Amino acid sequence: MSVDLAARKLGLRPGTPVAKAQALYPDLVLMDADPEDDRLGLEKLALWFQHRIAPIVAVDAPDGLVLDTTGADHLHGGELPMLKDMVHRMAGAGFRAKAVVAETWGAAHAIARYGRVPIAVVQAGDASKALADLPLEALRLPPTIIEGLATLGVSRIGPLAAMPRAPLALRFGPDIARRLDQAFGRIGEAILPVRPVDPVEVSRNFAEPIGAAETIARYIGKLVPLLCQGLDERGQGVRRLDLLLHRVDSRTEAIRVATAMPVRDVKRLTRLLCEKIETINPGFGIERMVLIASQAEPMDRRQTVSSLIAEEETDVSDLVDTLANRVGMQALYRFAPVESDLPERSFCRVPALAPEETKDWPDHWPRPTRLLARPEPVQAMAELPDQPPLFFIWRGVRRKVKCADGPERVFGEWWKNDAELTIDRDYFRVEDTSGERFWLYRAGDGEHGETGSQGWFLHGIFG
Amino acid sequence: MTAETHKKPGLETLRAAISRLEGHSDRRRTVLPFGVREIDSRLPGGGLALGALHEVAGGGNDALHSAAAGQFCAGIAARTRGKVLWIVTRQDVFAPSLKQVGLSARRTIFVEASSDVDVLACFEEGLRHGGLGAVVAEVARLSMTASRRLQLAAETSGSLGIAIRRWRRQTDAADFGQPTASVTRWRVSVLPSVPLPVPGVGRPRWLLELIRARAGECADFEVEACDAKGRLAPCIPVADRLALPATLGDRPDQETTWTRRARA
Repeated sequence: MSVDLAARKLGLRPGTPVAKAQALYPDLVLMDADPEDDRLGLEKLALWFQHRIAPIVAVDAPDGLVLDTTGADHLHGGELPMLKDMVHRMAGAGFRAKAVVAETWGAAHAIARYGRVPIAVVQAGDASKALADLPLEALRLPPTIIEGLATLGVSRIGPLAAMPRAPLALRFGPDIARRLDQAFGRIGEAILPVRPVDPVEVSRNFAEPIGAAETIARYIGKLVPLLCQGLDERGQGVRRLDLLLHRVDSRTEAIRVATAMPVRDVKRLTRLLCEKIETINPGFGIERMVLIASQAEPMDRRQTVSSLIAEEETDVSDLVDTLANRVGMQALYRFAPVESDLPERSFCRVPALAPEETKDWPDHWPRPTRLLARPEPVQAMAELPDQPPLFFIWRGVRRKVKCADGPERVFGEWWKNDAELTIDRDYFRVEDTSGERFWLYRAGDGEHGETGSQGWFLHGIFG
Repeated sequence: MTAETHKKPGLETLRAAISRLEGHSDRRRTVLPFGVREIDSRLPGGGLALGALHEVAGGGNDALHSAAAGQFCAGIAARTRGKVLWIVTRQDVFAPSLKQVGLSARRTIFVEASSDVDVLACFEEGLRHGGLGAVVAEVARLSMTASRRLQLAAETSGSLGIAIRRWRRQTDAADFGQPTASVTRWRVSVLPSVPLPVPGVGRPRWLLELIRARAGECADFEVEACDAKGRLAPCIPVADRLALPATLGDRPDQETTWTRRARA
């Protein structure tokens, strides 16, 4: 069935007879295929992807998963970073994975399995070009049809798509046309998502399909209280909520909202869902709405202590949720101190509602309001070893230094990186004749060559 | 200005009538004073109006970097209560510097939006919430419509909104002349610090230009930059400063010590 990397290097391929392989390599390890176990593993993986990436995930047997990431990619920094993250995580778990975003399930299936690159984003409209060179196996056709087509001399998708339909349908049945249309996006293909284990779920069927934004909002308003009631019985709050909208043309639209803390508040959840209505394409109408609390966590009622001394600080978690669903969770953060003397390493990003840290930055020296992402090299003239520069040229402007503070010497962190053992920087806060204040440093101590290049850099701008 | 209003009670009643027409007569507008008499006396209500949108831009090269403008806004935000939302498109705020003007990193939530449209949407969302001390957003373009939406959002919730106008190119900074619905408009430019008797950089000084104030007049102020609690300080004129050493308390003692030594 399948071989690992070591065996592949020896020249074994899936399809080699076992007897032959054993004759070539007597110490070959053979394991029976266990399709049932594989399927269970894939289902588990699908649930994990549903947890992490997008609400609509299905098993694409026997060796793949299909995800509908429409409207979910921006939460992971775009399509390409999302794919990279997915493949990276799979690699971390010991799997070699390929990931492709394409317009249709068929196209993504084909390019992921038979394309050359492991990670690809196929833009809308490019699918037919990308598919043309792929073998027929990529089309999810039964082997008998593939063999039949091979006898006709057709082995690639491009020529097959160019052939007249009627004779093919007469000889091989409707499968070829259906699979081609599915791959090129001419007909839709529904993805039946996997379900998390025993979620709180409410649904509503409509006798007449609905489509207007106001109507959708009204029914969201009716479903959410039911869901909250269900959550209340279990003593849970929702961390992630999926709204699946089944359309009359058997496609599914999905909205996913996430919260930073377990929530059971009807008003807040309704608002979060209603903000996403504009992303739904209702098509010819929606006939069924399903609201699933795909991730719920225990939530207890907490008693608030009213203090007589300090004024209660307002809870902003609802605002954080609203913003996070708009810009993505990773774009919403606080800065926290890190114990490092190097300015660019002295802070880290923590989630907006992370518990408050007790440490703080030391207050010995003034720090610039703006820190450049990368220190920019400047030309400067300074007396050695430890005088501030007399002038410097930054972005083509020559600035004469009127007064300066420094040096503040920062040493490399040798306990993190051997190369930093001898490195140091001398920081100066300088003011030029027009009153602008800058943070400059010299790479090195001005005496010893091994401490740095002795070049000058501009690292920040003071207010 | 205060002296004038005391003289003319008619002006005061007219103001009340106008504010009634504007529709916020029932809600008494509160203000956040700067604590500098010269500035507060020029602002209607005696300080920066809460529940309003204010615009701040840097002058000269600072229109691009917004270092002084950013610190000025951080100083204002530090003097409010509650969390502060800071919305940016490119992140270059150095968090330790915010702490040095009194704005703790624990209070400041940053939002990194991908476009100006997202910045404005998050800005409005933050202002509508009402539970934040201040909402600061760095935007380049601010149209009349957008600013009116923000101003209305701030009015209904009573939050303080500060738009830092920051452009990519110096030529775009001419955009600051376009009218918006903000209540005040400031330009912060750096000034050379007062020379110290020893080598080093003195306390930074700014030229604070109040370019527009609704129901107020324009004015220029020279101030010393925010201290560790976000407060500005009026500039002491150079003449007074020169006179200062003579009045220093320890000088007479020193002189007596010297004379005592000379006698010994």
